[in-house]
Amino acid sequence: MAATIVEKIFSSHCGREIRAGDVVMAPVDAAMIHDITGPLAIRVLRDMGGERVFDPRKIVMLFDHQIPADSIPAAENHVFMREFAREQGIHNYDMREGVCHQVVMEKGHAAPGEIVVGTDSHTCTYGAGGAFATGIGSTDMGFVLKFGALYFRVPESILVEANGRFDRRVGAKDLILNIAGDIGADGATYQALEFVGDTFRTMDMAGRMTCANMAIEMGAKAGIVPPDETTWEYIAPRRAMQPFALASDPDAVYAEYRQYDVADLAPQIAVPHNVDNVVDVGEVAGTKVDQVFIGSCTNGRFEDLAEAAEVLGKEQFAESVRVIVIPASRDEYLKSLKAGLIERFVEAGALFEAPCCGPCMGGAFGLLAPGEVSLSTSNRNFKGRQGSTAASVYLCSPATAAASAIYGEITDPREV
Amino acid sequence: MRVWKFGDDIDTDAIIPGRFLTIYDEKELAEHVFEGTRDELRATVAEGDILVAGNNFGCGSSREHAPLALRGAGIRVVIAKSFARIFYRNAVNTGLLPLVCPEAEAIEDGSAIAVNTAEGYIEVDGRRLAIEPVPPFLQRIVDAGGLVEYAKGMDEVETCTGSQA
Repeated sequence: MAATIVEKIFSSHCGREIRAGDVVMAPVDAAMIHDITGPLAIRVLRDMGGERVFDPRKIVMLFDHQIPADSIPAAENHVFMREFAREQGIHNYDMREGVCHQVVMEKGHAAPGEIVVGTDSHTCTYGAGGAFATGIGSTDMGFVLKFGALYFRVPESILVEANGRFDRRVGAKDLILNIAGDIGADGATYQALEFVGDTFRTMDMAGRMTCANMAIEMGAKAGIVPPDETTWEYIAPRRAMQPFALASDPDAVYAEYRQYDVADLAPQIAVPHNVDNVVDVGEVAGTKVDQVFIGSCTNGRFEDLAEAAEVLGKEQFAESVRVIVIPASRDEYLKSLKAGLIERFVEAGALFEAPCCGPCMGGAFGLLAPGEVSLSTSNRNFKGRQGSTAASVYLCSPATAAASAIYGEITDPREV
Repeated sequence: MRVWKFGDDIDTDAIIPGRFLTIYDEKELAEHVFEGTRDELRATVAEGDILVAGNNFGCGSSREHAPLALRGAGIRVVIAKSFARIFYRNAVNTGLLPLVCPEAEAIEDGSAIAVNTAEGYIEVDGRRLAIEPVPPFLQRIVDAGGLVEYAKGMDEVETCTGSQA
């Protein structure tokens, strides 16, 4: 029978035909825990009577949300996790490498056809590399750490087809914000988004990660780009794996089909306080901003920083704006350093930080005061997420963020 | 038992802001539940009170701190038109019962309410509203008293078992 890529991944793991809607106890290929949700998962493992993890080689541990430790409890959590990693023989990236989703991809912990879980909602990012990847809670992770498997309800898929070429300074983030605006914050609940069409086929891995990252913002369990040459080129230096064919059958059954032509797409902005509150940048142009954040698991890659630097050119950031730039990982940091991007950002007045989640979760630093407005390349503009509940967060692309930081107000990057 | 009524898209940052995520004790988390978004709840919420919401309750983060904070505040049941996927699962796993009620909007803030899960209805102001049954595989976890209790006696799981659609 015809199957979607998601159904095929579950079928291959279970050795029998699995259909959307089935509930299966499926083995996982990798599990990621970080400094916020990891400690609870470890406690749960112990509460379940688990003494050893199922396979330390399949567990990825790192710290990214509260680093360097911003409080004594955060430092204690780090110590707790380090000790657990040592005791279990788990390799711990600690705070050396960067943001969880970037590190999992960069280090080859997720690959096409695999099932990967993480205690972070944006685990769906790895779908950019053709994996079925989904965010789970700490108690579910405790179960995974013990058994190496978890119950899944296999999701139906929504086929999202995008064709056409982007206008100058319009890209992946604008497309996924546009899609989120259409589908809505709960329009894909319990489903998978499958991204196909010329636009995705010609998109680099950085752009694909941006799109898959935001699948959860529509309630989706996973977002997935079928693996192609771009995927295998990315995987090759990271994992010894022979490329294989993996795609939905032409007559697979979908819950929904959506089509986009990106040629006329304007830069998009999600206005406070919901991710699906999306408008063309022109509708809010001129809005004064106090802080601009370029970074996060959505847009902290070298390509994103390069895009922002290209828009910045030889300009300065407005003195009225605090600009915070944070690469998603050590690798992206070094690439940015060698390309001279850091020098340019710092010259222009930005604060350049070491790889971490930064202001995105509102835990460590970069919080907003009541009444302040932030423009952020991250994935959520929930009320209070980046500080005061009386502050406002707008979401946009790195190009729009850079353009707006030059003028101190929301600006269409095509006009710079 | 009173109802605390909320609207659509109540996210996990609203339930428990990111700056409190180094806390894992549910009673301590409850000291910050809905901080900045609905502060009066903390002051007067009573054991057994029930949250009622619209669509997509619990959207956002995978943080289990959210259902734990609600439990710590004495809430055992959340009724909503729909739930975000990860929150729903986290709630079941931690012993907070999420009930889907298509007519949740009809329930008013401050109403007195009774829930009959065995027969699948909510009684509010003399009316009975239907609630959807908890899916069978989750019901087993609920019956066990949460995922920790469910998994306690087990040494291994048989993978690829499960039900057909």
